[in-house]
Amino acid sequence: MKNRANRMNYITYLIVIIAYMILQALQAFGMVSASLRGMLVPICAYIVMAVSLNLVVGISGELSLGHAGFMSVGAFTGTTAAIALQDLIPIAPVRLAVSLIIAAIFAAFAGFLIGVPVLRLNGDYLAIVTLAFGEIIKAVLNNLYVSVDNRGLRLGLFEGPGADFTGKRIIQGPMGIGGIQKISSFTAGFILIMLTLMIIFHLVNSRAGRAIMAIRDNRVAAESVGVYVTKYKMMAFVTSAALAGAAGALFAMNYSTVVANKFDFNTSILVLVFVVLGGLGNMLGSIIAAAALTILPEALRQFANYRMLVYAVVLILVMLVTNHPAVKNFSDRFRNADHNNLNQDENQPETGGQNNLTDNAAGV
Amino acid sequence: MSNQEGNPVKKADPVKLVPVPSKGMIPERDIDKKPILECVNLGISFGGLKAVEDFNIIIGRTEISGLIGPNGAGKTTVFNLLTKVYQPTTGTILLDGKDTHDMNAMKISRAGIARTFQNIRLFHNLTVEDNVKVAMDANIKYNMWSGIFRLPGYWKEEKAAHERALDLLSLFSMQGMARFPAGALPYGAQRRLEIVRALATNPSLLLLDEPAAGMNPSETAELMENIRKVRDTLQIAVLLIEHDMNLVMNICEGICVLNFGKIIAKGTPEEIQSNPVVIEAYLGKK
Repeated sequence: MKNRANRMNYITYLIVIIAYMILQALQAFGMVSASLRGMLVPICAYIVMAVSLNLVVGISGELSLGHAGFMSVGAFTGTTAAIALQDLIPIAPVRLAVSLIIAAIFAAFAGFLIGVPVLRLNGDYLAIVTLAFGEIIKAVLNNLYVSVDNRGLRLGLFEGPGADFTGKRIIQGPMGIGGIQKISSFTAGFILIMLTLMIIFHLVNSRAGRAIMAIRDNRVAAESVGVYVTKYKMMAFVTSAALAGAAGALFAMNYSTVVANKFDFNTSILVLVFVVLGGLGNMLGSIIAAAALTILPEALRQFANYRMLVYAVVLILVMLVTNHPAVKNFSDRFRNADHNNLNQDENQPETGGQNNLTDNAAGV
Repeated sequence: MSNQEGNPVKKADPVKLVPVPSKGMIPERDIDKKPILECVNLGISFGGLKAVEDFNIIIGRTEISGLIGPNGAGKTTVFNLLTKVYQPTTGTILLDGKDTHDMNAMKISRAGIARTFQNIRLFHNLTVEDNVKVAMDANIKYNMWSGIFRLPGYWKEEKAAHERALDLLSLFSMQGMARFPAGALPYGAQRRLEIVRALATNPSLLLLDEPAAGMNPSETAELMENIRKVRDTLQIAVLLIEHDMNLVMNICEGICVLNFGKIIAKGTPEEIQSNPVVIEAYLGKK
């Protein structure tokens, strides 16, 4: 398990690095079209979104439909931080990094607040409550006003008599944040993806990951062996929210304006589609699905009005093909190389004298 | 699998049961130590139905005891009460002399009761080794950040956990299967893995719910040896539910018979075998 999981993780890192280097080289030779260049940062953000949602849906086994809510929290807090810190930190990449961290912290806090009531629920109920959460965040941010003057940040939930937003306006209700400096870059996106992968792979391959997957497989048994169920579910949920927040900030600072309506239910579902299409618990799959499905609508522009129709058909075809027994068999063989031949595993350490597996088959 | 013909396990030496200050009996050798478990008037009702009532039992430090009874007698319900899957509606459970009324399932496990399940509940997608390591979670010390940033604490604790997991697996000669997914194991091995996983929590009382279900005679014989070996090496108490009377009468020192949620008899295997009330419960009136 350890070796197999590690091998998959290294392959994932490697593919991301190679893809980054190829795209950088193509850019240097001017071979990347303007439309693709504009999509590089959103692709990175969606990859981080998909991988972090996969921690909740695939590893922890909870269906969350409000992932865009955390992205939204991150986008608004991160961008606000970047604007507020504009004079304090003149170097753009440093300011971006600080903003992403602030975005992650706020999104993690939102994740914690949501997690307290939500993680008491299971299955469908959890899905519905997270869905509602996404909508609540959208409604709140649509009505939020923030300005900054020499006395610090001012914020409120309505504009009009009595509310004085002196100084520089940052968040203006439904108009969101305008005049953002585009400090996100493809390199920053690449670094964020690598960090996300590292955090998730290391978390999954530690006591936390074991416990989270144990709870997913059998909650009663996990409790019976002393696993602190609430703590580990919360850990997965908050980590996922924090990473989504960073992705949101990266995404927002690629545009000059950001509005709350951008992060709605459709975005949550889109990210969920990446996760399901790429395979539950399969991070490399999420990455490929996120990249491919972000590019696809652009690539289908030639179909003009039929674009979304073709998109849907392609989506269905991909689902059918990836679920075809032959394809599944092939990918399983690739991924579980040492599982399928239980008894002829050469690099298996210390076989306990006798072959217990065949002996015990009689006991079935 | 060590022996194919018949039953190789010798009957346990008859153990004399002696009364303790409260009601109930424990093996003579455990008399100097505080009993590990004591239930007083334990009961639960679902709606109006009293599934278990007036359940009194006392278990010695290193006693192997059995809980038997016809189907639906409430045996598994007793296990669920002891491990707080259900909260008892009446009575108290004293674990090592301490009241457990404010504990939940997780705290009970950390306080020293481990269990297996009648219908196997393994973590099917985890490896055999990880199944065991999950059960050690309460005793592993590094935190989330050490895990994410691979700090020295992570390596040290993971190495110790790996070694301990293999040690425990070797008790049931399963160390060779450490890297297989638990769901891929044959039935008998899954049952043994559940016991290993329970032992990984460092229990002082092990509850086994029908450990021999679905096993053939030679596997059952091996299981008996293993249960005794576990008790002897780890010096823990075992309470088991079992329908295989050969196993129960051979390894249990004290037996408690349950019918319709009530204890109808308690005593040594010899006393139980000749008890007319027990025979009536199992076979009906003459």
